[in-house]
Amino acid sequence: MSISLPPANENTSNSLQPTGWLRFISFSLDHKVIGLQYLVCGFLFYLIGGVLAGAIRIELLSPISDFLARDVYNQVLTLHGTIMIFLWIVPVVNGAFGNYLIPFYVGARDMAFPRLNAVAFWMIPPAGLMLITSYFINGAAQSGWTAYPPLSITTPAAGQIVWIVSVLLLGGSSIFGGINFIATILKLRRPGLKLMQLPMYCWAMLGTSILVVLSTPVLAGTLILLSFDIVAHTGFFNPALGGNVIVYQHLFWFYSHPAVYIMVLPAFGLVSEILPVHCRKPLFGYTTMVYSIMGIVVLGLVVWAHHMFTSGTPPWMRLFFTIATSFIAVPTGIKFFNWVATLWGGRISLNSAILFSCGFIVNFVLGGITGVALAQVPFDIHVHDTYFVVAHFHYIVYGGSVFVIFSSIYHWYPKFTGKMLDEKLGIIHFALTFIGFNLCFAPQHWLGLNGMPRRVAEYDPQFTLVNQISSVGALLMAISTLPFLWNILYSFIKGEKAGNNPWQALTPEWLTTSPPPVENWPGEAPLVTKPYGYGANHSNENNPPITQA
Amino acid sequence: MTTLPSTKEKSEELTSSDHQHSDHRLFGLITFLVADGMTFAGFFAAYLTYKSVNPLLPDAIYELELPLPTLNTILLLVSSATFHKAGKSLEAANSKQCQRWLLITAGLGIAFLISQMVEYFTLPFGLTDNLYASTFYALTGFHGLHVTLGSIMILIVWWQARSPGGRITNVNNFPLEAAEIYWHFVDGIWVILFIILYLL
Ligand code: HEM
Ligand SMILES: [Cu+2]
Repeated sequence: MSISLPPANENTSNSLQPTGWLRFISFSLDHKVIGLQYLVCGFLFYLIGGVLAGAIRIELLSPISDFLARDVYNQVLTLHGTIMIFLWIVPVVNGAFGNYLIPFYVGARDMAFPRLNAVAFWMIPPAGLMLITSYFINGAAQSGWTAYPPLSITTPAAGQIVWIVSVLLLGGSSIFGGINFIATILKLRRPGLKLMQLPMYCWAMLGTSILVVLSTPVLAGTLILLSFDIVAHTGFFNPALGGNVIVYQHLFWFYSHPAVYIMVLPAFGLVSEILPVHCRKPLFGYTTMVYSIMGIVVLGLVVWAHHMFTSGTPPWMRLFFTIATSFIAVPTGIKFFNWVATLWGGRISLNSAILFSCGFIVNFVLGGITGVALAQVPFDIHVHDTYFVVAHFHYIVYGGSVFVIFSSIYHWYPKFTGKMLDEKLGIIHFALTFIGFNLCFAPQHWLGLNGMPRRVAEYDPQFTLVNQISSVGALLMAISTLPFLWNILYSFIKGEKAGNNPWQALTPEWLTTSPPPVENWPGEAPLVTKPYGYGANHSNENNPPITQA
Repeated sequence: MTTLPSTKEKSEELTSSDHQHSDHRLFGLITFLVADGMTFAGFFAAYLTYKSVNPLLPDAIYELELPLPTLNTILLLVSSATFHKAGKSLEAANSKQCQRWLLITAGLGIAFLISQMVEYFTLPFGLTDNLYASTFYALTGFHGLHVTLGSIMILIVWWQARSPGGRITNVNNFPLEAAEIYWHFVDGIWVILFIILYLL
């Protein structure tokens, strides 16, 4: 059965779009160009966020505030967190890979709303630049990525307002992206393709986008109220004017707990694509994976107050949120065991892509375990706002999401560019990152358990040695970026030709040229109903043999 | 249902008109309204929490006058009905009548905004007087912003529905449909707002 597809966006004829590298700095409507724009833009912000992290770790080499003045430290810390979350992880795991892959996976020539898609991307660079320039002009915001009042009301207003406007833009971009993903996955599926035949990343993006659409607007509303408090001196969150800071915390975490899943669910999806290809086995437990993603989406919306156990939260609320949070470990655990079972007995090729994916599995389990521990009120009261929490979430956002981003780059670079990456450099990159990461963050568990508070430029001298160890780990992480950078630049020019399908993968993006043409397939879109049919005889009508078109 | 026609024959009848996309666009619009509704939900939640845990001093409590907001509620409810009429007229290819109903709808929207302004100027409290006042203005103001945008949209649709020459016809009725759904949404939010803010 073959079906001819009309071009997705006829009105916006692609012949009017720039070609060549100019496309990448234009208002292109091609989902692949937009995906790569997200990726490169996000990576540049990652480098800036990384420099800021370096500054933090240098400051923390000694117990006194010597390298950065205290208020500068606060600005650097705030920028680091905001950049890494809103300008690197969220845009890259959602925007970059989502835009590139989802149309392929549903068998479409583009996203449902190409123009909205381009608008969503182009909201990001101005927001990011604004945020960073505020540091040089009036000083950046100082109240952390959480912008808790009354701190955010009493610190200098100029930086905080820029921060709010910037996060509002980024949130808007994320909402537009989410609407586009939901519409693309539900409405643009090629006829004959059932939901339960979609690659897992589609499910992950569907779940994530539901979270984005339901929770990001609440953050937007909250930040608008906060800006009123700062500019118009209303008292929504200002106790001095009769306001209530706890309401801010509830509204903020109603978004920001789901936000942690907005950072990690897409990563779950990407890992589920990468593992089967490199161990030549079907993804284990497809159906349970789908249900756990949806379970995480539902539960993820009702656990936010575990960030507020020490905010005078009443006992019944503590009880409810402890139980709900602990329950999240169930779907999460199912996914973990499914990945392990996928690897089990597979013909694993130990390349950079799978190494980073396996690194993700290890780190994520450790972060998940500390998460469940933090969900228990008696324990959390001791370690809340200490380095233990910092260790917990870095194990998940860095050890989890960032490892997956690297894994995905190793996996899809041949598709993006038509060139292979150098494996030796990739393995060096992995080794340095894995060792550096664990050296940097594992000791922070100890620091937190022993009472070192987070978000401080100065600390008790007894913590000096362990902080220095942590900083050495950070140095290794910084060094690990060099082979990676060299690899992506050098391979782009001199890399071995990749061919269409170097990994012999079965998902649709590999069944076209590398890089793919403007509307994805020169001819008809393949109907892939068994994206994980490895190890079986899959050359049948539904799964065409892998041909070099 | 999708841009991808399910059969070959169908693909031939789908021409360059953007009508074929209307289904995704409505779906996208509804997803957007869910998001927009969540912003209001956040505001409502904040308001109700304030009300239950931040009691005001006795001298800061005012009884809101009901007549004007009740009139506002009626204006919006009627405007929903007139918008519906406009849609029906367009379906019947009666552009003149459709335009007339649209104009009435826009008029009702603008009347709502004027009456809201009158209420603002007669209220005994200002934006920063107390928590309750601030929340009141934030909620009604955010809703008023929606009504303003909606009225502008209706006027644009009204202009585009002219015949001959307008882009909106009974074949290409997406902009009208979209504005209508949005308008019903804004009215629905008002009803909730009216109950929570004025009646509770
Ligand atoms: C098994 C699942 C998880 C559980 C049970 C869990 C539990 C918790 C708890 C209870 C806290 C609050 C600690 C405190 O402030 O005292 C916390 C903090 C945090 N978690 Fe998790 N977590 C889980 C997974 C995740 C994931 C998947 C992410 C991100 C992708 C994440 C990111 C964070 C962040 C960023 C914070 C700190 C927020 C802040 O105060 O700045 N967690 N987690
Ligand atoms: Cu959380």
